[in-house]
Amino acid sequence: MSIRSAQSIRSAQSIRSAQSIRTAPEQHEDVAAPVNAPHEPYAPETTTPRRRRRGGLGIDRRPGWFVYAILGVVLFGSAYPFWWSFVIGSRDNQALGSAWPPLIPGGNFWSNAAQVFDAIPFWQALANSLIVSSVITISVVTFATLAGYAFAKLRFRGRNGLMVAVIATMAIPTQLGIIPLFILMRQWGWTGELGAVIVPTLVTAFGVFFMRQYLVDVIPDELIEAARVDGANMITTFLNVGLPAARPAMAILGLFTFMTAWTDYLWPMLVLPNNPTLQVALGQLQSGYYVDFSIVLTGAILSTLPLLVLFLIAGKQLISGIMQGAVKG
Amino acid sequence: MSSLTQRQRMSRLDVKISPYLYIAPFFILFALVGLFPLLYTFVVSLFDWHLLKGQGDFVGLANFTAILEDRFFWNSIFNTFSIFLLSAIPQLIAALVIAAVLDANIRAKTFWRMAVLLPYVVTPVAVSIIFSNLFGDDYGLINNLLQNFGLDPVAWHRDTFASHFAIATMVNWRWTGYNALILLAAMQAVPRELHESAAIDGAGAVRRFMSITIPSIRPTMIFVIITATIGGLQIFAEPRLFDPATAGGVGGSHRQFQTTVLYLWEMAFFRQNFGEAAAIAWLLFLIIVVIGFINFMLTRRIATGESAGPRRMFLRRRRRPREKQADKTLTTPGTIAEDVKL
Repeated sequence: MSIRSAQSIRSAQSIRSAQSIRTAPEQHEDVAAPVNAPHEPYAPETTTPRRRRRGGLGIDRRPGWFVYAILGVVLFGSAYPFWWSFVIGSRDNQALGSAWPPLIPGGNFWSNAAQVFDAIPFWQALANSLIVSSVITISVVTFATLAGYAFAKLRFRGRNGLMVAVIATMAIPTQLGIIPLFILMRQWGWTGELGAVIVPTLVTAFGVFFMRQYLVDVIPDELIEAARVDGANMITTFLNVGLPAARPAMAILGLFTFMTAWTDYLWPMLVLPNNPTLQVALGQLQSGYYVDFSIVLTGAILSTLPLLVLFLIAGKQLISGIMQGAVKG
Repeated sequence: MSSLTQRQRMSRLDVKISPYLYIAPFFILFALVGLFPLLYTFVVSLFDWHLLKGQGDFVGLANFTAILEDRFFWNSIFNTFSIFLLSAIPQLIAALVIAAVLDANIRAKTFWRMAVLLPYVVTPVAVSIIFSNLFGDDYGLINNLLQNFGLDPVAWHRDTFASHFAIATMVNWRWTGYNALILLAAMQAVPRELHESAAIDGAGAVRRFMSITIPSIRPTMIFVIITATIGGLQIFAEPRLFDPATAGGVGGSHRQFQTTVLYLWEMAFFRQNFGEAAAIAWLLFLIIVVIGFINFMLTRRIATGESAGPRRMFLRRRRRPREKQADKTLTTPGTIAEDVKL
């Protein structure tokens, strides 16, 4: 096992830690430490159990203040627009005009929130978003796992060709098909129905690709053969061998699918103007000739809270998912 | 005895049919809701087609010629590319710097990674609202600060370049951290021996970054550029909500920040001309495919120049950051489809 794979395992520890086959990191640590120790007088910690990515020669030193200064700037840039919106959203329009931005929230947040609830059907939109995103997530993850498992572990005629077809479709911007979809939805009388938003995204090529890439490494072929020898039929084998192994990747794919469905704006805006999802309702708040920007900002904060909570709970999985190559949905 | 062969036959059938049953839902649904609409867009573009009145006469390629002579279409193409370049280039540079910083042996890794990713959970609609206020022409935070320092306020909404800059900032804010994490994953997969031997030869951190890290992660950088292209050419929410009260939100009072998808939307739902809107959709589709193809050819060129072999480079691009998990595929020859497995 080479160092390349050892490192990538570390970068994806949380999802791959279950794999007992790969023990390279420890090996690599043992070999690396003594070789590099003589070159590295400043690093007495070579013997500590903390995992080190790089060995001696100073390339593994703790970085200086400069690195933390950059990180601090990035943190400020990430968090400040959000904080600023909250501060303005908890005050009134006057706060926008003050020369130096106020730093501390005011006391108007709840009264502003009440006005948001009056201006747009917030709770209905929240429920709609939850329903739409959940159904899409369940569908995408289910079908992607099934197809990904077949592509990764089953032998059948045309497998390679069909997989290339899946990859090719990943690059197709299907969002551009909105005009016929809209014509269809009107013919079916689906405009205003949540189904109009759900149906076009029931499957994604990326999901199939993602599950296949994961499962191809994770499930040993012997395990499937053993289950087959024991007399399990194909679907039982999938349920007992494939599904348990796929669970971590399913969680990550689910997380991304949910976020993508949640943030979608163009298509829901077209078919659900009167029964909006949260993003559509928020867009209406912004477009509604609203003079009171603090209320619009309150709406932006309120609508972000669900994903923020999700981020605090599942942020680590999100990070490892991105680092494993999840792409923009 | 015959029941046993019956069972065997069933089992063989099970083995043969099951894979197709598992992949069928994906292909059927994708054909219906993904592929068919895209192809049907072309059919619509060949007709006079009104939003309310429906299908009219067959007009051949008249919709396409009308769009190609439409200065608003070219205006939208210019705006789209301008915003795209203003977002893609600074974003890639910033993401590289952030990834390099995260790649250092810092404390509290997870905390910093989450800090970098935080903007990603703010939806594009919310981002548009927040930044259209930050960039407010009269009372926006940024103009307030500029004036505090004795500078002239900028007409962020009225001026073409300034509005492109503001919209690009929204895109950058949301995606830089995300791309930084992808690049970070690639950086962590660079073999440490390379860094060590360079360090022995006296290369400093900056030199190692330029001469080792950047060339090693080039496939991932190209991947990031390609996904940024596909997404960047379809920007909608940000320009739509940047100034929704002016001119119905079609991208500014004189379309100074109207992107192509925004123009598509205006054509379809304001002017209710589905035929020409479908032509816009197809032209944009072609542009995206052509740019994707150019990217692909460029990748091959670079790969050949590095004597890595064009095919392998293609696969490495496909493979993305987590490519490095399975070294065996790097050394095992096989068909393209086989190599696609990581």
